[in-house]
Amino acid sequence: MKRVEAVRRCHRLWWLSVVALHWSTMVHIAVWTPVPGLLPRAAAGMRRLVDRERALAAEWSGITVEATPAPTAGKEREALGLLARYRWLFGDAQRFREWRWTTMYSFVGGLIACVPGALVLYGLWGLFLAAFGSYLADDAGWDGLWYLFVHVEDVPTGLMAGLLGLAAGKTGLWLAPGTVDCHARFVRATLAPSEQELMAARIAHLAATRSDAVDTSAAELRRIERDLHDGAQARLVAMGMTLDAAEHRLNDDPEAVRALLAEARASSSAALKELRDLVRGIHPPVLADRGLADAVRSLALLSPLAAEVTVDLPARPEAPVESAVYFAVAETVTNAAKHGEAERLWIDIAYDAGTGTLRVSVTDDGRGGADPARGSGLAGIERRLATFDGVLAVNSPAGGPTQISMEVPCALQSPKTTSC
Amino acid sequence: MRVAVAEDHFLLRDGLVRLLGAFGHEVVAAVDNGPELHKVLLAERPDVAIVDVRLPPDFSDEGLRAALAARAQVPGLPVLLLSQYVEPLYARELLADGAGAVGYVLKDRVTNGAEFLRTIQQVAGGGTVMDPEVVSKLLARKVRDQRLGSLTGREREVLGLLAQGRSNAGVAEALVVSEKAVAKHIGNIFTKLGLYPGESDNRRVLAVLAYLEG
Repeated sequence: MKRVEAVRRCHRLWWLSVVALHWSTMVHIAVWTPVPGLLPRAAAGMRRLVDRERALAAEWSGITVEATPAPTAGKEREALGLLARYRWLFGDAQRFREWRWTTMYSFVGGLIACVPGALVLYGLWGLFLAAFGSYLADDAGWDGLWYLFVHVEDVPTGLMAGLLGLAAGKTGLWLAPGTVDCHARFVRATLAPSEQELMAARIAHLAATRSDAVDTSAAELRRIERDLHDGAQARLVAMGMTLDAAEHRLNDDPEAVRALLAEARASSSAALKELRDLVRGIHPPVLADRGLADAVRSLALLSPLAAEVTVDLPARPEAPVESAVYFAVAETVTNAAKHGEAERLWIDIAYDAGTGTLRVSVTDDGRGGADPARGSGLAGIERRLATFDGVLAVNSPAGGPTQISMEVPCALQSPKTTSC
Repeated sequence: MRVAVAEDHFLLRDGLVRLLGAFGHEVVAAVDNGPELHKVLLAERPDVAIVDVRLPPDFSDEGLRAALAARAQVPGLPVLLLSQYVEPLYARELLADGAGAVGYVLKDRVTNGAEFLRTIQQVAGGGTVMDPEVVSKLLARKVRDQRLGSLTGREREVLGLLAQGRSNAGVAEALVVSEKAVAKHIGNIFTKLGLYPGESDNRRVLAVLAYLEG
């Protein structure tokens, strides 16, 4: 059964080689003819195909091939002139590899991938001849019926064709799994970027996320400074002045002093309230006390939506990750309540010890249509998580439901501080 | 009354002790960390304990945990929690045993001495006092519990005030209605929440708990 499945996979790979032929032809045409918009579109199609092949290699053979993000991903510029177009194609190592792979695969890959399927089909033909070969040769009058080196003309030669067919079919089945793996190795050999390129991409990613993180924390500090300046600080100054006025009138007007003292107390309450709100925005106390699980439960408790929380966390994640994930969840929950017309909300937090990944998903039953490209909120979450190499995935078809998934690689602290 | 105080800031602890002394209460213990608080609560069995949520050694929620642990051994031990913040999750944990005699208020409330002492007395007397902040936060939600959903707007208001530890007279004063009308509202609330007389002496606590569970 496994081998039959492998033959089916080979067949699919063969089809993909036809697709590869299509895209390699498109890219070649696009390089040679100055049709506006053709080259980026052809390159995008090529990339989709390559991504699919990479995914298949990982799924079927467990061979993961890393990809460096294309430097101009998403906005590939139309290059003018034949030379410029050539330079555009070959200038980026990743794109060049994709082009090389697509061109090669459309011939070599197709030939290799079709072998097991062809052998199986040929084997079936042999079996067919074993049953009907003599009939075809004698009664239907087919002459020159050959199976490999056997001239099929009567029952014995027909049976011989059947035996050979059995062998051919067996060989096809036997070859199939190896061919699938061979394809995966071919993908790795031709598409894997060099160590140096991976490093360069990693460094570029780190530099970008670091500067984002610095910008974010600088903006945060400015906000805190402004809030303190306009809020608690101003209240304390007012309180000092009120107390001063009270001191001056202590002897002659006790009634006025009483009113002033009440005012000072009101000021101190207001200042405390502002400080509380500020601290909650920096690092919620329940997060500090109890960790992510209870902090999210507290969010759910206060959410206007009916929220269900499931947590599977053996210990607390590192504090910075905890805080980033908490605020990401808080933002998502707020969004769900604000935009999605949702009634219910499911929050699921789990830690995958095998890969060392914290997974959070927030699902609502709203009307969907959330788009990270449009809403700055989701983009903000993405940036915040990127600092920890985390990723955000949004699945929000029009009409709902919306599912927001986050994955952050992180270590857990020693279970001493476990809270859940 | 015999009062135990747990607070790690010296100034605040000292202020509390003086305030309580000035009103004629006896402070049987004043401690500054969680483990000691737990010991004192079990040894002294005070009439009421005034506890800061955040205490040494970990500066997280030791105060709450020590108080909950003590209440597990001495059911209904009156505890008034003080905190710089109010966290509805903690309020729910405090109320979860349904025994009442708990309070959870902001530290700011200490600045109003007379009001604060009333709060202490209510908790010592088996009442339930939640800070208006907790109540107002919970008011912002949509109602999920069907039983709560069946309450009228006025009844929800009354329940919110009950959660703040107000007496019938206090609720009547706040809503500018007669005490008789309040009693009627409360009767309706109990009926709608399925709390019948005789089952428990703590129908008010249970009503507040249902309200917090929302």
